[in-house]
Amino acid sequence: MSRTFTPKVVTANALLEGDAVWLTAADTWTRDMGEAELIEDPGHAELRLLHAQGETETVVGAYLADAKAGPTGPVPTHFREAFRTRGPSNYAHGKQEGA
Amino acid sequence: MYTYSDFDEAFVRERVAQFRGQVERRIDGSLTEDEFKPLRLMNGLYLQLHAYMLRVAIPYGTLSSRQMRQLGYIAGKWDKGYGHFTTRQNIQYNWPKLRDIPDMLDALADVQMHAIQTSGNTIRNVTADHFAGAAADEIADPRPVAELLRQWSTDHAEFQFLPRKFKIAITGAPNDRAVIRAHDIGLEIVERDGEVGYRVFVGGGLGRTPMIGKVVRDFLPRLDLLPYIEAILSVYNLLGRRDNKYKARIKITVHETGIDEIRGMIEERFAEIRPEFTGVDQQILAGIEAQFAPPAFRDADPAPYLAARDADPVFRAWCDTNLTAHKRDDHAIVSISLKAHGKTPGDATAEQMAVMADLAERYAYDELRISHEQNVILPHVPRTDLPAIHAALKEVGLATANIGLVSDIIACPGMDYCALATARSIPVAQEIATRFEELKLEHDIGALKIKISGCINACGHHHVGHIGILGLDRAGVENYQITLGGDGTEETTIGTRTGPGFAYDEIVPAIERILFAYLDLREDASETFLETYRRLGMAPFKAALYPVKERADAA
Repeated sequence: MSRTFTPKVVTANALLEGDAVWLTAADTWTRDMGEAELIEDPGHAELRLLHAQGETETVVGAYLADAKAGPTGPVPTHFREAFRTRGPSNYAHGKQEGA
Repeated sequence: MYTYSDFDEAFVRERVAQFRGQVERRIDGSLTEDEFKPLRLMNGLYLQLHAYMLRVAIPYGTLSSRQMRQLGYIAGKWDKGYGHFTTRQNIQYNWPKLRDIPDMLDALADVQMHAIQTSGNTIRNVTADHFAGAAADEIADPRPVAELLRQWSTDHAEFQFLPRKFKIAITGAPNDRAVIRAHDIGLEIVERDGEVGYRVFVGGGLGRTPMIGKVVRDFLPRLDLLPYIEAILSVYNLLGRRDNKYKARIKITVHETGIDEIRGMIEERFAEIRPEFTGVDQQILAGIEAQFAPPAFRDADPAPYLAARDADPVFRAWCDTNLTAHKRDDHAIVSISLKAHGKTPGDATAEQMAVMADLAERYAYDELRISHEQNVILPHVPRTDLPAIHAALKEVGLATANIGLVSDIIACPGMDYCALATARSIPVAQEIATRFEELKLEHDIGALKIKISGCINACGHHHVGHIGILGLDRAGVENYQITLGGDGTEETTIGTRTGPGFAYDEIVPAIERILFAYLDLREDASETFLETYRRLGMAPFKAALYPVKERADAA
């Protein structure tokens, strides 16, 4: 029996700015993970990743990251992905800067 | 200090122009990321968790005031107003935008600096003793040789695609301040029967499989240096494993082949290529050496320094921790701490860089160094000028008197920035420093080196910390392993793991238990942590670290 599928989001770094971005259901890239498409099906996840990997003029290094549904959209389940939504802990730089 | 030749200048400018074109072609879609990535890495450009990161080489850690000022200018103009100095004498900018990189590289070229070979499977920035040319214990200044190696290794056609990255460090003193035994090649300038030569270590390294470098040649005559180094690289290039990234460093090649056999292969290759070195390398070295002539030292009246010491206890405390003996009695080596309590180890703001540059220009013969311990050094300072320097440093938060103490921590960027990291390092360093400042125990504890890495690759040198901390990801949670008894000096020792790791909020209390145990266990205040550990071994520290109840519960 296969393992239970953990919901995913597609994420990458923006080509020009280098910061974290997430793929929305509308095929756009967002800097707010809450707007990302939460993918609940493994087959669909593969398709979405392939799509993202084709967007080489916009993003770099697309991959699937574990996520779960939060009150206002997907939220990270791993601390690494949580840092990517915020920025470093030693300065208020990165995404937390404007938050 | 070394000044670029016309060849150096043209080469660096050409590389910037090439990279400018490559960036443009990446942005307009002519290059894919797969095509662009090796090109950007060749120019020191990484993509990290939150942004690009540009790693700039500071060859053998030496900077002029003009260069330091420019590093600060770049931080202010294209980054977020600061830079991070690393354990390999580089500076990293954490927030550059792709479009700006060529301009940053041009600004570096304006002061004879570059980011070439700060990544990739090439020979990386050659590092050196940060007290080179100033230390009282030195046989010879190692930097001319380091510069020769920089020139030889830059764009060396045979060594652009090595099995893995390759790091060389050199010291000119018997007291190793450059951790040469933890490098792929470590060079120590030695003297035998009045002749100066090199002791050559090979196969050292930290990372996932820490190894101490082995002596491959006990005494290498000066004239043989370059062909011998080339022979080592040549043997490694063919023999090093390319099937497994984790077994590709020369330390594994040496370990799997055996030092005697690999020595034989190196000697054979050396015999083959030695005749090709007709002495041009030595002519170039002589030219470089002339550029590293010591400054025209001023005779300085020590009276103002002595008066300030007597009058100002804060100045005296700073002198006691942050000064090192210079080869001239009327001068001192100043270590400027980038480890203010609660700040990020190794970070300096644009303003701080400008102030340090001004101080070097005004008082210290225009020279600065970056240490592998992530501090800035003014290598030659007339003692008479120390009070003025201290006062100026104090104004910009750079007068922390903690060199060699508990808060003088090496920490890699860890998961706050690095895409490879498995846990954070910076906040652990910040909290340890802040905690012991609160406890007012720093000076009581005395000499101590804590080194923190945020992953197994060990950029934070945790294996050679008296106390090493390694941050890992254990089932999706940050977990920190502790090692004790490591040492990065000429007695290089790999630390021993204490046992199970600690959660993020348990690691600072764990370090506290170790250090309270040390204060109880030491014979007297003159016995350092490392000496106490060596005398008593792990057992009493383990007992303090893992209280009996906890161990019983776990059983």
